[in-house]
Amino acid sequence: MEQQRFSTDLALLPTHAFGHRSLTWWGIIAFFLIEGTAFALAIAAYFYLLNQERYWPPPPVAPPDLLAGTLFTILILLSEIPNTLLKAAAEKEELRPTRRWLVVLSLIGLVLLVIRAFEFNSLNILWHENAYGSAIWLLLLLHTTHIGTDWVDTLVLTGLMFTKHGVEGRRFVDCSENSVYWRFVWLLWLPIYVVLYWLPRMVN
Amino acid sequence: MNTPSSHRRPDPAEYLRDGPNLTGEALHQKLAHTWRDGPGLLGWMRSVDHKSIGRRYLVTAIVFLALGGVLALLMRLQLSGPERDLIGPDRYNQIFTMHGTTMMFLFAVPVMDAMAIYLIPLMLGTRNIAFPRLNAFSYWMYLAGGCLLWIAFILNVGPDAGWFSYVPLAGPEYSPGKRVDIWAQMVTFTEVAALAVAVEITATILKLRAPGMTLSRMPLFAWAMLVVSLMVIFSMPSVALTSGMLLSDRLVGTQFFNSYEMGDVLLWQHLFWFFGHPEVYIIFLPATGFVSEIVQTFTGRQTFGYAAIVLALCATGLLAFGLWVHHMFATGLPRLGYAFYTSASMAVSIPAGVQIFCWIATIWTGRPRFAVPMLWVIGFIVTFVIGGLTGVMLASVPIDLQVHDTYFVVAHFHYVLIGGAVFPLLGAITYWFPKITGRLMSERVGKFGFWLSFLGFHLTFFPMHILGIQGMPRRVYTYPAGMGWDTLNLISSIGAALFATSILIFVGNAVLSLLRGEHAAADPWGAPGLEWATSSPPPNYNHPHIPVVEDNTPLWNEKRAVAYGLRVEDREMLLTTVIEAQPDLREPLPKPTLWPLIAALATTVMFVSSIFTPLAVVTGSVPIAAALIAWFWPKDRGPEGEPVID
Repeated sequence: MEQQRFSTDLALLPTHAFGHRSLTWWGIIAFFLIEGTAFALAIAAYFYLLNQERYWPPPPVAPPDLLAGTLFTILILLSEIPNTLLKAAAEKEELRPTRRWLVVLSLIGLVLLVIRAFEFNSLNILWHENAYGSAIWLLLLLHTTHIGTDWVDTLVLTGLMFTKHGVEGRRFVDCSENSVYWRFVWLLWLPIYVVLYWLPRMVN
Repeated sequence: MNTPSSHRRPDPAEYLRDGPNLTGEALHQKLAHTWRDGPGLLGWMRSVDHKSIGRRYLVTAIVFLALGGVLALLMRLQLSGPERDLIGPDRYNQIFTMHGTTMMFLFAVPVMDAMAIYLIPLMLGTRNIAFPRLNAFSYWMYLAGGCLLWIAFILNVGPDAGWFSYVPLAGPEYSPGKRVDIWAQMVTFTEVAALAVAVEITATILKLRAPGMTLSRMPLFAWAMLVVSLMVIFSMPSVALTSGMLLSDRLVGTQFFNSYEMGDVLLWQHLFWFFGHPEVYIIFLPATGFVSEIVQTFTGRQTFGYAAIVLALCATGLLAFGLWVHHMFATGLPRLGYAFYTSASMAVSIPAGVQIFCWIATIWTGRPRFAVPMLWVIGFIVTFVIGGLTGVMLASVPIDLQVHDTYFVVAHFHYVLIGGAVFPLLGAITYWFPKITGRLMSERVGKFGFWLSFLGFHLTFFPMHILGIQGMPRRVYTYPAGMGWDTLNLISSIGAALFATSILIFVGNAVLSLLRGEHAAADPWGAPGLEWATSSPPPNYNHPHIPVVEDNTPLWNEKRAVAYGLRVEDREMLLTTVIEAQPDLREPLPKPTLWPLIAALATTVMFVSSIFTPLAVVTGSVPIAAALIAWFWPKDRGPEGEPVID
């Protein structure tokens, strides 16, 4: 048996860090890639179907009404302000502002889900009428699942930060990573917004 | 900030840590207690140990291999002569669909995951896989998906539209009933499992490597699994998406694939093969990782052309996403499409060739020992090269159009999948068997089994090339006499019987060796990888001290260093930096828990009931959410838990 040499002491290493030093950050990036690929392919399927047709949307279907979707887009873009503040507070490990911005983001998530219900109502077509309808319902449903899961996630985290568990450093890492995830949710919405609402107004 | 806890937490300086003062048997006692699973069935269900989950994956995948193999034997019996009536057309459709589906989704991908889950943390010198609870969850999802498919088959609701379920055949009009829904939902189960494993493996490889194991010192199997995991991440969403679209066409009347309502049947083929082609390399690349490891050990030299092999793995991973349309040559494509996908398909043989030449160079310049794992490697090289050459033939559109949907294609993909993946897998199981079980498999039986396998395999599948060229279509339940196909089919069926016997011998050898095999030392083959540094089988905490790595073949290095200072009374792992593997953080790890199993059960209820009603998607999500919240809610780690903010 060869000699075993004790060369590196690990005892003084910290137990949490933000950004790419954190293990869960990498997990989140991997899930972005999975979900992003699913969205990219759903958009690709939309274009594949569009490419077979002469008119888009197929007459007499009107393009989706703009109001609800545009309101949704403005609000989700504005949500990045409290989201950035949350991320900064979490990374400074300041409990009170972290709690405050989590509450604000939970409320914004709720309002977004309400507006989203109106969006479904303004698509001017149902999912079973033709493949155009199926494709836009698919895109909107996929993104709603995203909003819904992130909202529940944010609610749970908000509750958590008001308990004794909230004062642990690793929970601040969770808050910071929740913000990173939210950025992904709204970034992903932008191409979907263009595809759903503006493309049908531009292609014919 | 102070931690408001009722427990008095000791000063971090008082924590018990491994090191020069705590090593050997005393350290073993402490670590084994901290990392234990707990007794009995409950302990088994709560386990988050990668070795325990990996073994489960392996055994389950081999059970599915046996089931899929029995179906193959039934088909060979039916086709051994013309106009046999052992199996009727409806049952035959179910059997070939079940065979393909079982082998691809329930055997080939999970068995490679099994090996990676077991081996990667040991090879990288860490205590567990990243996200160990997700790992447990993925196993339960895989098991549930496999059970769904096979219980349905036993109840005569087995899918019957082929393993790639082309629409319109698989659509609501031509496949009423629930057979195709079972198939599509089984896909959802296995994709969830495979994606979860891909995330764990990626994070493990990037963040949990031993100090000093830079990316360029990583074992080639880890490189293969990194590329494969990224491929899974980018390809499997495609099949999950499209099988969801198929389910919704069948359940709630969406029109994605209905050409009368602006849908398109070829959309299915595009989305399926955007997953399906990378899938082939997802199965093949881990096998090349096995080969690189085995060749290195049994030639006593570092694998030739490390950088070339890594580049070849990456190139294969990238090219794999540009080939899917070669499955669709017969659907009619623009000229440019034919040219592009033909050249891309031919190009992928270049990185495959680079790897093969590197292995040959390793054998040539090393001192080869032809033990059983090495025999499987030789069998692999010969068989895979033949399969690769027929692949290059099929990339050519005129040939593809002639032999499309014939037995030539069946021969080709069995050469690449069995020759390219199963042969290395059997070599890998033989090679790592002593590490996993603590006992060596019998060399004598192993050699006999290998030669019988090699003979049986080629006897089964070589005649299929000729049958295909003679025009015998695949997926026919019988054929008339006088076509000139009788003798070749009979030879193929005899070969299948021999091949199945050889697999039985392999399994028998494994079982007998498990009970009575020669005891294995920590490193019975004289291998250089870190997984051989710890005892056989490894203790529940893997390595007593975290090894420090200074080159590509750490165990061939006389001077070996270790890192120390991780806690021994709480579960703790070392995180290192992504490229240089510098020590960075100590990561607390979850204890055994029942929540992954409960979450998987809740997900199973939702997935299965959503075959019957769309409402299940909404109502079924509530228990899933509850289980996930309970899973993620921080557990009180007791007085030994380390305060993070003070």
